[in-house]
Amino acid sequence: MNSLAEEFREDRTEKMTDTEFMAVCQIDDLLDNLGQCALVKGKQIALFKVSDSEKIYAIDNHDPFSDANVLSRGVVGDLQGKLVVASPIYKQHFDLETGQCLEDENVVLDTYATRVVAGVVEISC
Amino acid sequence: MVGHRFLEAIQDRNLTEQYEVVTFCEEPRPAYDRVHLSEYFADSDADALSLVKENFFADSGITCHIGDQVVAIDRDRKVVISKKGLELSYDRLVLATGSYPFVPPIPGNDRPNSFVYRTIEDLEAIQAAGNDAQVGVVVGGGLLGLEAANALKQMGVETHVVEFAPRLMALQIDEWGGLLLKNKIEELGVKVHTSRATTEIIDGENCKHRLCFSDGEFLETDIVLYSAGIRPRDELARDCGLEIGQRGGIVIDNHCRTSDDDIFAIGECALWNNQIFGLVAPGYQMAEVVADFLQADDTQFRGADMSTKLKLLGVDVASIGDAHGNTEGAKSYSFIDERSGIYKKIVVSENGKKLLGSVLIGDAEDYGTLLQYKLNDIDLPEHPDDLILPQRDGKASTGLGVDALPASAQICSCNNVSKGQLVDAIEGGVHTLGELKSCTSAGTSCGGCAVLVGQILNSELEKLGVEVSSDICEHFPFTRQDLYMLVRTEKIMSFSELIQRHGTGRGCDICKPAVASILASCWNEYILKQGHAPLQDTNDHFLANMQKDGTYSVVPRVPGGEITPDKLIVLGDVAKRYGLYTKITGGQRVDLFGARVDQLPLVWKDLIDAGFESGHAYAKALRTVKSCVGSTWCRYGVQDSVGMAIELENRYRGLRSPHKIKMAVSGCTRECAEAQSKDVGVIATEKGWNLYVCGNGGMKPRHADLFASDLDDETLIKYIDRFFMFYIRTADRLQRTSTWMDNLEGGLEYLQDIIINDRLGLCDELEEEMKLVINSFQCEWKSTIDDPEKMKRFRHFINSDDKDSNVVFVNERGQIRPARTEEKSVKTVEEKELLAS
Repeated sequence: MNSLAEEFREDRTEKMTDTEFMAVCQIDDLLDNLGQCALVKGKQIALFKVSDSEKIYAIDNHDPFSDANVLSRGVVGDLQGKLVVASPIYKQHFDLETGQCLEDENVVLDTYATRVVAGVVEISC
Repeated sequence: MVGHRFLEAIQDRNLTEQYEVVTFCEEPRPAYDRVHLSEYFADSDADALSLVKENFFADSGITCHIGDQVVAIDRDRKVVISKKGLELSYDRLVLATGSYPFVPPIPGNDRPNSFVYRTIEDLEAIQAAGNDAQVGVVVGGGLLGLEAANALKQMGVETHVVEFAPRLMALQIDEWGGLLLKNKIEELGVKVHTSRATTEIIDGENCKHRLCFSDGEFLETDIVLYSAGIRPRDELARDCGLEIGQRGGIVIDNHCRTSDDDIFAIGECALWNNQIFGLVAPGYQMAEVVADFLQADDTQFRGADMSTKLKLLGVDVASIGDAHGNTEGAKSYSFIDERSGIYKKIVVSENGKKLLGSVLIGDAEDYGTLLQYKLNDIDLPEHPDDLILPQRDGKASTGLGVDALPASAQICSCNNVSKGQLVDAIEGGVHTLGELKSCTSAGTSCGGCAVLVGQILNSELEKLGVEVSSDICEHFPFTRQDLYMLVRTEKIMSFSELIQRHGTGRGCDICKPAVASILASCWNEYILKQGHAPLQDTNDHFLANMQKDGTYSVVPRVPGGEITPDKLIVLGDVAKRYGLYTKITGGQRVDLFGARVDQLPLVWKDLIDAGFESGHAYAKALRTVKSCVGSTWCRYGVQDSVGMAIELENRYRGLRSPHKIKMAVSGCTRECAEAQSKDVGVIATEKGWNLYVCGNGGMKPRHADLFASDLDDETLIKYIDRFFMFYIRTADRLQRTSTWMDNLEGGLEYLQDIIINDRLGLCDELEEEMKLVINSFQCEWKSTIDDPEKMKRFRHFINSDDKDSNVVFVNERGQIRPARTEEKSVKTVEEKELLAS
């Protein structure tokens, strides 16, 4: 499972190297363990910064179980070592690295590459 | 009661298909629980005492003639004749005529305002007489006499107990026990006169009657209540020539058969082995024996254990087996603590190996263990006195391990449930105390065995290898209660501090909100303070209730449901201004739905300017205190229920707890505020307030338990302070007070002991903790609106002012509602077309 997830991510990252990064906010606009939602090319993307890490995680803001755009407002934590966000509606957990839903293996959210350039958060989408 | 148990027993065995069953019930209502008769004084609710399940007679096909009785039996023709003239033939006849109270043949015993204590009608008559009475006397200091004294005391009359014997409860307890019980009861304000023989009753000078005693002394009273023992009602059997004992009682054999093979007798009217059984459990056993006999099973009645444990006037009293040490060679151990009013005695066999009997006064906690030693003939430990001596220095008490009990051990004697039956249920998948009680009925009558049932459950679960992990989640090897105590005792102020010291990892959506709630219960800091904010569920975080489409609903506080016209208009104005859907809630407030996250601060700014504050509908906290209009307007009201509800709501607003808390206050016994379905319910009485706790509506309704009666305002609030803080301290995560109570070892009595009698010495602490929360209250919305940094969070996109396009409303009944998926796509098409044109 882990290696699959790794492959999946590498695959995505490769694909995205070509695409353009877009600035969405200042790094200071993101508070530790509190999500925010960005609108990038008409897509809603949930952004997370977790404590003790510089990396910005980006996954779909759309919760497929409730059909509501709410994942940026979920509680962030870790389960079995995986960073997750819990949907605020029906409480499913989504892996921030891979977008995999922990309760339903058929559900995988899109994840997006991010970087921070001179204090500005950029997303490739 | 025994008669009805018999009907249930034959229905359980499907005998109603084989027999046409007809029953006569002399009283105007079917069977009810006489054991808890005195509760009728507290709430005057005859239905609550009923033992008959809804539709029992319809479902079972049993005909019940209520208000009629059999007056003659014609054994030759096998016919019974009723008072109303009905004649019915029978194949088999069961007599469950019970007993009547014995009234001693004292001249003057038929004067007005003389009563017995047996039926609901008796109680109603006593209650009516109590209205203009100052003094009441109970003649007879046995078990029932003391129950009756309790009833008189609850009516507020000066209460006396007159006993012929030199001590109270002479049958069940010994001299020391009787003395101690007398002292305890007198401390409670009931005067006890032992060794008094009443010779006659005449007109009194200050009261209606004067009881004259054989020693020349006298006692004046307005009410005389006789409780001098019971006599079997055997006249029907006597008249038709059945064999009757010398001192009364219908003689029965081991199958409960009388001298006529087709007639049975069960309960207090029956005489087995020259013994009458005046308790309900043996009567129930007889009912089962007859039902078995009718389906040709050969179970037999072989006597019954007469051990009892009860609370008389608030004093624990228990008696087991040979309490007086009458067995040859019996030796006893006793422990007396006069200061705390505790007396414990055990009677052991000559060789010290077996327990023969016991008396416990003032502290009957050891009853369950001792009874098991007696019933199962278990060998006593080397030092039997360890069983009753107080355990100090934190040593665990020398209880009997439940594993030592055989499967046949009867755990619940009221409902005849054995350890084996409990073990079967647990192995069959019942893994919580509440479920176990409801599926086996164990511990549901007197509750005396609840602790034991809990111990068996835990022990069996362990054996089954069911991991009884009560850890809150993978991040903390602790229960919620442990975490609460860690936070309190180590003065931990933040989640990061707690997880660093006692946990691992980053936390999750289980432990973070739970710890946030614990921190709020303990220290009550602003919940969006840095460090606390990421712990909160979205509802707490955005101070509103997220709905299915990601929008929020807003509920301002309306204390007690009282609201001015101006404020009502503001609610309407605000709803109109932001296009919100409005609905009246069950808690007497107005819920405004459909606010987008960016609208929340605007809505709240307007509401706060108009004098509203946060209603905490989004929090696991006190929600509302519902009220009826009370004595201010209602012609039936006896107290100002609205005023009390407002006071309570303002006192406990914002109190974070393991789950939401709902309250209500009713202005009279009609209970229009439905307080008995709330976590805390308050009902006005003529003298003050009755306090009910641990009720629930919702998925699993539970009637609240009457916790204390006729409280003044100050005591009421004191008890609620303690109750809430004790609940917050000891409940599981997301456990409502109702399930908390169902799983609380020792149940209601234990809780009363802690909160009213301060048994654990916690009350001052609990009150201090509550004081801190009350004094640090803040309106979370006001604090949020005043903080520009916090306000930044209230927008859907961090990089755009656009709205969430997935939030679409349609109109229904003149208001908005969220569009369904198919409606959204139609709408999008319409919009596109609109744009195109």
